[in-house]
Amino acid sequence: MAPTLLTGNVAAAWGARLARVDYVPAFPITPQTEIIETLGAWVDSGDMPGRMVTLESEHSMLTAAGAAAATGVRVFSATSSQGLLHAMEMIYTVAGWRAPFVLVNVSRGLASPITLEADHNDVLAARDSGFLQIHCADCQEVVDGVLLAYRLAEDPAVRLPVMVNLDGFYLSFTREPVNLPDPAEVAQFLQPFDPGAIRFAASAPESQAVAVLGGSPYSYFRYETHLAAQNAVSVYGDIAGEFRERFGRERGAVEAYQTEDAEVVFFMMGSFATKAREAVDRLREAGQRVGLLRPRLLRPYPADIIAGALEGVSGVAVIDQNLSVGQGGVLHTELSAALYGREGAPAVLTSFIGGLGGREISPEEFYQMAAVTRQAVETGVTPPPRLLYTETELREIRKLQSVALVERDETSPRGGAGKPPGEEDKQ
Amino acid sequence: MSETIRRMKDLPSTHLLGTGTPMCSGCGGLEALHQIYDVLGENTVFVNAAGCMTLLSVYPFTPFRGSWLYTAMGSAPAGAQGVRDALDILLQQGRLPPEDDLQVVVLTGDGSAYGMGMSATSGAMDRDLDFIYICYDNEGYGNTGQQYSSATPHGATTATSCGSRGYPGYKKDLFSVWSAHRPSYVATVIGSEPLDLAKKIEKARDMTGPRMIIALSPCPTGWDYDPKDSVDIGKLAVKTGVWPLKEYENGVVTHTRVPRDRPPVEEYLQRQGRFAHLFRPERNEELLAEIQDRVDHYWEEVV
Ligand SMILES: Cc1ncc(C[n+]2csc(CCOP(=O)(O)OP(=O)(O)O)c2C)c(N)n1
Ligand code: SF4
Ligand SMILES: [Mg+2]
Repeated sequence: MAPTLLTGNVAAAWGARLARVDYVPAFPITPQTEIIETLGAWVDSGDMPGRMVTLESEHSMLTAAGAAAATGVRVFSATSSQGLLHAMEMIYTVAGWRAPFVLVNVSRGLASPITLEADHNDVLAARDSGFLQIHCADCQEVVDGVLLAYRLAEDPAVRLPVMVNLDGFYLSFTREPVNLPDPAEVAQFLQPFDPGAIRFAASAPESQAVAVLGGSPYSYFRYETHLAAQNAVSVYGDIAGEFRERFGRERGAVEAYQTEDAEVVFFMMGSFATKAREAVDRLREAGQRVGLLRPRLLRPYPADIIAGALEGVSGVAVIDQNLSVGQGGVLHTELSAALYGREGAPAVLTSFIGGLGGREISPEEFYQMAAVTRQAVETGVTPPPRLLYTETELREIRKLQSVALVERDETSPRGGAGKPPGEEDKQ
Repeated sequence: MSETIRRMKDLPSTHLLGTGTPMCSGCGGLEALHQIYDVLGENTVFVNAAGCMTLLSVYPFTPFRGSWLYTAMGSAPAGAQGVRDALDILLQQGRLPPEDDLQVVVLTGDGSAYGMGMSATSGAMDRDLDFIYICYDNEGYGNTGQQYSSATPHGATTATSCGSRGYPGYKKDLFSVWSAHRPSYVATVIGSEPLDLAKKIEKARDMTGPRMIIALSPCPTGWDYDPKDSVDIGKLAVKTGVWPLKEYENGVVTHTRVPRDRPPVEEYLQRQGRFAHLFRPERNEELLAEIQDRVDHYWEEVV
């Protein structure tokens, strides 16, 4: 089939449709809305069987999603940013229920300040919840990711909900050519959901999500969840292998681009990694041995696969499109933990924060990050983490501030707080 | 249970809820739940919010013969939405035989129903969800030590209103808030009036759509009285007119019991430690009169 031009959001909706989902609890939030509007239109027109219901909040949406999955149907839902945080209590809760379903998150920076464009603080806030996470770099990966996510979630050795992440605006509203998999092929790849014993029926009474008393049963269930998540590394590998056989696309736990002989490797996830890929090409043309490593699977963390791909690499430039305030980049912390003490691990991990709230990362910045990292390798001195920001940007912000100050002081009848104390009331 | 309940002797004689739960002795909420469960039967799935009743099912035991799903404090009705929708989908697809269908029952305290879970409940009614909501109302956040909630009555001391005037706010009129949504059914009940309770639960059981029940639940631990007095206190709540037994259906509110010759409210109040400051060291005539006036005013409007 010829590729179709689809936005990331419509690609996500296609993923759900091809997965033959039974139930879609929804709640709107920019930049996710197109997903639920598309699904709603299909359900209304009869193009897609299944039922969709708009709840009154994401907290309720996640509760309904988990409850429906725990009753035995295939569930899809989608949210973003503030919605994900609003639902956070239930994100943890339903993961503990071992309710397998798929939640698409369209990444968007978190308040405050409130904004619309992408970074990964939202999805990373859920990293310890028990939800598994697949991160997409383009619209094709979004469709594929949703299908892989159902296989992973419903696998008897896993049985956990899975989040599929795409970046707001950069993917959600960007049309790219997408090959929609043949529904019959998908039906082969993804069999109907078999809930096993975890469901509700009068003839088989079941108590789910009951309380525990004390640390021992609590630890038991938490460890069970963790072990199931760890199973998901090899399960994902098998599923991705089957996916490649059937659909011809490589969807492994990491994307390793030009890493084979690389000295310096960019390490980052999401759509901005495609910018890194471009930079790698340019740098290669300039004779530098640079590569890109991009985790698709972030939970479970494929530590061995990542370490394997970085063997022999001298320096890694970790680019975090997130900020753990007071700490730094989440990917940098996790990569350091995964590599520490491993033989053959890169000696240098530099840390860069960039792309917050959709801020562009320019090719020049990629060249710089590679240069800084190479220099650290040469000198053996790792520089402190950098917050990417240009002098021009700072100048623009200062200009805006001065314009606003002048406007306030010249037009406000009371002068405003811009005047020295005591002068406000003198007019 | 197909027989219609008219008299005490029609009440179910088999009891479904297991014993040995960790509820306090004399728990008025458990008393009501026992009776409700007997009428609803075991083909139910209880969707529970955080509260005392969460401890009914503690791994790996449950007193229920049917099913149970604990959710969170604020979203049990959304859990009911997910379960109901999923059951309907399974029935429609022929993946669940009709005899395997379940009555979906939300079970929460007042803290959830009057407060944190209110938008989830409102949403469920907006969507005409086919479910039963049982709120056991012990007039405070019992599980956390009886702090005041929006269901706490005016003047009651709680863990967060221990001054001489007690709780300064007024109990929210949840019956009216729920009725304003025009659901299929709203009723108030109490465990100490088993016939009234059973009739209403039976009626609710045989209807569809949102069916909303508020059970005033005398709570020896939170209201500070001897557990053996729960039934008496419950009866006094009805007799004095503090807890009107009523139902809403098709836009009409009907009182199923109109207490004649109401004894003074103080007879109800003085049995409970949470109102002791109204009587000792001296009588707080002003506050007692205010509470009585509110009750009188309520019944003047009714009759
Ligand atoms: C989101 C959240 N906040 C607070 C709590 C703590 N908590 C557990 S039970 C409870 C009281 C619930 O009150 P109510 O609904 O009246 O039930 P009761 O305890 O009286 O049975 C509270 C505040 C919680 N479990 N979840
Ligand atoms: S605190 Fe009150 S409502 Fe809770 S179990 Fe004890 S008596 Fe029942
Ligand atoms: Mg309570």
